[in-house]
Amino acid sequence: MTDSADDLPAPGAALKSMSGLWGDLKRIATFTVIRLLALFVTVIVGVYLAIVIANMGGQVDELRIVQIESSIAEQFRADPAFFDLPSEERQVLIDSRARAEIERLRLDQPFLRRSVDYLVQAISLNLGRAEQMHSDTGSRQVRDIIVERLPATLLLFGTANFMIFFTSIFVALFLSRRYGSGMDRAVIGLAPSSAAPPWFYGIFLILIFSFMLGALPHGGMVDVPPPEGRVAYSVSVLRHMILPVTAMFMASIFISIYSWRTFFLIHSSEDYVEMARAKGLPGRMIEQRYILRPTLPPIVTSFALSLIGLWSGAIITERIFNWPGVGTLLFQAIGFTDTPVIIGSVVIFAYLLAITVFLLDVVYAVLDPRVRLGGGAR
Amino acid sequence: MNALLSALEQIRRYPSALAGLLVVAFLLGLAAFAVIAIPYQQALELWRGGDQWQQHPVNASPAWSNWFRAVDLPRTIRAHARSDDIAEERFEGGRVLMIPMEFEYRYGAFPSELNLFVNAEFAESEPFMRMTWHTPDGREIPIGGRRISRQERVSISQDWNLERRLGGLPHVALFAEPRAGGGLPQVLQGRYRLEIEAIMFEREGELDATLVTYGRVHGIAGTDHQRRDLVVALLWGTPVALAFGLIAAVGTTITTLVIAALGVWYGGWIDAMIQRLTEVNMILPLLPILILVGTLYTTSIWVMLGIVVVLGIFSAGIKVYRAMLLPIRESPYIEAARSYGAGNTRIVLRYMIPRILPVLIPNFVTLIPSFVFLEASLAVLGLGDPVLPTWGKVMNDALQEGALYHGYYYWVLGPAVLLMLTGLGFAMLGFALDRIFNPRLRMI
Repeated sequence: MTDSADDLPAPGAALKSMSGLWGDLKRIATFTVIRLLALFVTVIVGVYLAIVIANMGGQVDELRIVQIESSIAEQFRADPAFFDLPSEERQVLIDSRARAEIERLRLDQPFLRRSVDYLVQAISLNLGRAEQMHSDTGSRQVRDIIVERLPATLLLFGTANFMIFFTSIFVALFLSRRYGSGMDRAVIGLAPSSAAPPWFYGIFLILIFSFMLGALPHGGMVDVPPPEGRVAYSVSVLRHMILPVTAMFMASIFISIYSWRTFFLIHSSEDYVEMARAKGLPGRMIEQRYILRPTLPPIVTSFALSLIGLWSGAIITERIFNWPGVGTLLFQAIGFTDTPVIIGSVVIFAYLLAITVFLLDVVYAVLDPRVRLGGGAR
Repeated sequence: MNALLSALEQIRRYPSALAGLLVVAFLLGLAAFAVIAIPYQQALELWRGGDQWQQHPVNASPAWSNWFRAVDLPRTIRAHARSDDIAEERFEGGRVLMIPMEFEYRYGAFPSELNLFVNAEFAESEPFMRMTWHTPDGREIPIGGRRISRQERVSISQDWNLERRLGGLPHVALFAEPRAGGGLPQVLQGRYRLEIEAIMFEREGELDATLVTYGRVHGIAGTDHQRRDLVVALLWGTPVALAFGLIAAVGTTITTLVIAALGVWYGGWIDAMIQRLTEVNMILPLLPILILVGTLYTTSIWVMLGIVVVLGIFSAGIKVYRAMLLPIRESPYIEAARSYGAGNTRIVLRYMIPRILPVLIPNFVTLIPSFVFLEASLAVLGLGDPVLPTWGKVMNDALQEGALYHGYYYWVLGPAVLLMLTGLGFAMLGFALDRIFNPRLRMI
């Protein structure tokens, strides 16, 4: 700054940098709009595919029509009020009732048309009414049912994933500095244990801590009946969280540490890191500026992906631990073939994913200048 | 080829790799043995269950579990009358057969069940039989009489009249030491005899009886609630699991990696299309779709495998690989390759993909067991293959029947150990391969 040449910028430089900034902003804005549009189309396609799959291309409807007809016929046959009725009249009654029910569920219309209806409603987050299930408060609105379950899943899987992510990054950085030490070898040795999924460890944890020792609850989210008072309630929930969180932690912590450690090791042998070391920079600085900074994009990507993976991995773990989250909900919905609930869960998932992907793109552009500044335009 | 050979050469330097290799070899051997020892059709037939297992005990622990017990649990004893011992007495219009069935009972615990299987040959009139129980200390306990048809299973332990008369479960009371007063019943060891006095109302005709004293331990794997020997499922689960894991891992990893590299290299609309396809695919949750297909269509393991592979091609892995490959595309060495005139295919296959292989190999190898576990997961959700015996189905049966609650730990542990072995074996091998194929890690 003492150089006089810097104090007197060349004419037009300020203007140029202004237009550069403006250009950057414009590019980022265009980029954002295009990405948003693309993601919206993605969500539509994904949700439509989910609708088609959830209905098995309309085949589920035929199954359900048969089910409705037989269950209504069964109702009439079991009802003593209709015993005296001649069978023809009863059949007419049964038919009309079945038709009404089919119309109520709109199963009489062609699937193609209904699928488009479903799509429009789903995209506008008008998730409709559940056909069989209802929320704990008695609402039949799909949104209520899902919203009621969402916090449980987020609590459990959010806690576990944050713990795994941050623990593994820090331990991995620590180990990459101590490559080949006893601890490093121990982690490498333990990494294969991650081959098993959380529910697998869950079974053993339940077996040991719940059935053999009787120390912790074997399932559910809170004691029955729920304890009075905020503190007692939280303690109860925490006690119920210990086993599932431990199971998830055990299932992925070592592989996670291992892969980050490998990743950091590869990057810490880059020339610029060697250079920094040669300059005699302190270890912490090398870690933060020379290793973490350029590896941030993949780290962020994998964290976002783990958040997404959280949702689909939830089903079995929640079932083993009887945790009242979205996974259990989805499984129940599939059991009831309650299409609106299935589609509703997938729609919510699709939106969450689209938001994550969008944020990922933006964060990515901010973090990796090579991507931001026309790296893609070869 | 040379690189592969030298890699194999190096495996010898890693003890964990050798251990992993041994485990994988053991599993492959087990799979081969299963396929040879029990042909496919026979395995299905056995696993379907039914009468062929009727002389096996219900929920018996493995026989080796006795090593850890103070008191040995009984094995199953089949007592069959030898034809020399059968005494015959003729009378007007028929015969009386005296059939003794003797066996030694030298266990400290009671059997789990007591059944008599009778095969009778006669023309028209059904024979009648009377049974008497002789204990080692000389008591005689009448068990009752009944008519018998051609093939009969006489369930002595479920004889309510007998139970009321003896004041306890028949298979306990018949083997107990006589004693006055309370206290837990104690086993009376020694030679027991069941005598059948069968009255045949015809001149011809045979009667063939087998007394089965069901044990509480059986074989090396135990039995389940349907009396099926778990060895069948544990053996046959091996080839099924390995095939599923390998096909799924190979099918998904290679396609995913190549597609990610192509997208990064060509960029433009190809990359955009791949990205959009991946995002659409990511919105489709794999497990719910598998559950849907399993609930509504078929739980056939091969259909599931197909879906796993198809949905796995544009999986989230593409995003990860892309994030790793993007900076690589800008690397100077790629530019050098371009400047000496390397073609697109060459750059993608020889310059870009090898660069991220180090990070990929542990993924690939842990993928194999993770697909094995995926199959088990589906089975645990009740969506196992309908006919094939698999590890997951055994675990599912066990959990459904409350094996943990009832203390039948062997039922869960058997398949769990094999699953864990598969996981550990492949993972240990893969982790060592990682070092070998990753020159940068070796240098450090």
